[in-house]
Amino acid sequence: MAGLIVLVTGVTRVVGSCLAGRLAEHPAVDRVIGVDAALPEPAARARLGAADFARVDIRNPLVARVIEAAGVNTVVHASASSTPASSAARTMAKEMNVLGTMQLLAACQRSESVRNLVVRSTGAVYGASSRDPAIFTEEMSARSVPSGPGRDAIDIEAYVRGFGRRRPDVRIAVPRFAEILGPTVVTPLTRYFGLAPAVPMVLGRDARLQFVHEQDAIGLLEHLALGDFAGTVNAAGDGTMTLAQAIHRAGRIPLPVPPFGLDPLSRVMRTVRLGGFSPNQVKALSAGRVMDTTRLRERAHYTPRFTTIEAFDDFAAHLRPVVTRQVVRGVEVRVAGTLGVQPLPDIRALGPGEPAGSVVDESPADRGAEEAGDGGRPRLVGIDGHAAGAPRRRRIR
Amino acid sequence: MIDRDRTRPVTALISEFVQDKTWKDGGSAVAGTDAPLGREPRSSPLPSEGSAGAVEPAADGVTAETGWRRGLAESLAFLRRRMTGEYQVDDFGYDADFTDHVVVPPLKLLYEKWFRIETVGMENIPDTGGALLVANHSGTIAVDALMTAVAVREHHPKRRPLRMLGADLVFQTPFMGPIARKMGNTLACNPDAERLLSTGELVAVFPEGFKGVGKPYSQRYRLQRFGRGGFVTAAMRTGVPIIPVSIVGAEEIYPLIGNLKPLARALGFPYFPVTPTFPLLGPLGAIPLPSKWIIEFGEPIPTTGFGDNAADDPMVVFNITARVRETIQQTLYRLLLRRGHPFLG
Repeated sequence: MAGLIVLVTGVTRVVGSCLAGRLAEHPAVDRVIGVDAALPEPAARARLGAADFARVDIRNPLVARVIEAAGVNTVVHASASSTPASSAARTMAKEMNVLGTMQLLAACQRSESVRNLVVRSTGAVYGASSRDPAIFTEEMSARSVPSGPGRDAIDIEAYVRGFGRRRPDVRIAVPRFAEILGPTVVTPLTRYFGLAPAVPMVLGRDARLQFVHEQDAIGLLEHLALGDFAGTVNAAGDGTMTLAQAIHRAGRIPLPVPPFGLDPLSRVMRTVRLGGFSPNQVKALSAGRVMDTTRLRERAHYTPRFTTIEAFDDFAAHLRPVVTRQVVRGVEVRVAGTLGVQPLPDIRALGPGEPAGSVVDESPADRGAEEAGDGGRPRLVGIDGHAAGAPRRRRIR
Repeated sequence: MIDRDRTRPVTALISEFVQDKTWKDGGSAVAGTDAPLGREPRSSPLPSEGSAGAVEPAADGVTAETGWRRGLAESLAFLRRRMTGEYQVDDFGYDADFTDHVVVPPLKLLYEKWFRIETVGMENIPDTGGALLVANHSGTIAVDALMTAVAVREHHPKRRPLRMLGADLVFQTPFMGPIARKMGNTLACNPDAERLLSTGELVAVFPEGFKGVGKPYSQRYRLQRFGRGGFVTAAMRTGVPIIPVSIVGAEEIYPLIGNLKPLARALGFPYFPVTPTFPLLGPLGAIPLPSKWIIEFGEPIPTTGFGDNAADDPMVVFNITARVRETIQQTLYRLLLRRGHPFLG
């Protein structure tokens, strides 16, 4: 299938712009057109690379003409279900997400050339409650219609299914992403974990979370755009971690707050400029969600490079920790000294077969070899335009 | 070294951590952020730490501490892991580190000293592979479930974790919900049960549910209805045997002599218990009576060999359900005779 002409939406955002840039470099792709309602900032433009940019609001029929004129045969709707950069942008996001998707699908339906469609969705479609199974497979659906992004995503998926019925000749892939984390993306969640020194969470709750690294998210979208998988697929890193664990790993202190105390606390924190958070987001996090990723591996043939914990750590490495593990270890040693006992060794720094001390950072030679073997790992460009987000370490399982 | 029995779990724990690459790895990502200082966490004042660079630190040099000092050092290390998030939970939220250090120790005390629990037929639980334990449920509060978990975890030769299936109320409740998850339990539903069983876990289910725990004392040791047999379907679909578990002794810990239904309805509980000591004595009423317990793990009942799609055949499912129920009921009567006095045993 030579000569793919790809349309990518939402290219002012990290995922969209990186994806467009990566696709533009792919040999099977002739042309990439990135569209967005706003002009991309310099960093996003740098990430776009060889991709073209067209300033088109997908809610505008103009997008149909872009598809027509360029002969687009693959549409990647990467802005669908993307998390709004701020909680205040929720209303706007809904408008963009749901109505934008409707318009884009309408444009695709008219087009003779469109053969592949990838629409980004989110795991929020499963909702989350204590009455749900612990792990969601693609066949399951929300017990009750969730609010917010989950509801929008359910609507979007319903439109996509409708489109699929009307255009059975189009291959449709719908990845349901867990929360995307990484050194570059900015979402309400990244801001939430960035709160310092304490991160509020609901008292008496500690849910399981799942994350997907931004590079895996981009890689999967590319894989689905170019591959032949059709259908819905869950996308998340291996394993889970709990919210309290994540907060600790980010070098922060969890601050358990009863549910009714979240609103006042959020207001106080905003007033004293400690950074705000959305009480609804914290409540949503207290439910947690874990998805089954068997289909991702076995049917979509994509294996995320980062586990949930690795994705989180890669993100957290860019935060300034309040409580470092050296401090914690120091306290442990001191308390043990006071009590007159010998503290146990800190085994995390030790690895089987690895000399002590070498595990913290990989040698440059290693890194080069890994990158070479990797075949064009995406290089993310930071906000300042410099290369950023090269993960400090990874292991392919 | 001196006290082998005490150091064993620690060694096991440590080697488990060392094998677990994610810990070391993930941690370094955090540690690497701020300073090269972080590269040498072992530059602490203790020489033994430096020598602990081998795979099994407990084997060389760190075993100087024994007894309570060892326990103290272990507790500190546990607290450190909690503070830095250096532990792992599985997809269901099972946190072995937390369970071993926080949940099991007090339960073990209750198990050994208070209820003096005796187990029979532990050999019926396989060393590896999945099996579904089906038990009677009683005692106003589900202490019997916790004790069964301790029995398998501490007294089975392989010390296997027991993954119990609980009501949604358990997971809805603040504090209790997260702890139940950390202990490896999950919601009683077929997808979860089948997923656990097919990955070779030991799963326990209490089909009587609230009808069993909340039954009056006068009906003690009389099995209530066994649900819809969903547990049999789960076992059949995954081809694991069912092990009937009969628990004697839990009925007497909080003898339920009344049920304040209006209060229960107002609070959203399935029942509101009145026992000889609760609510009469207030918080003191929460102390369970020290009855003598016997837990018997019966012979496995196979669930395979009924032909294709047998799990969808209600007759087969009902038959196996009835057989399991009957086995437990008969075993209960037998154990009651054997135990004699409920408290002196």
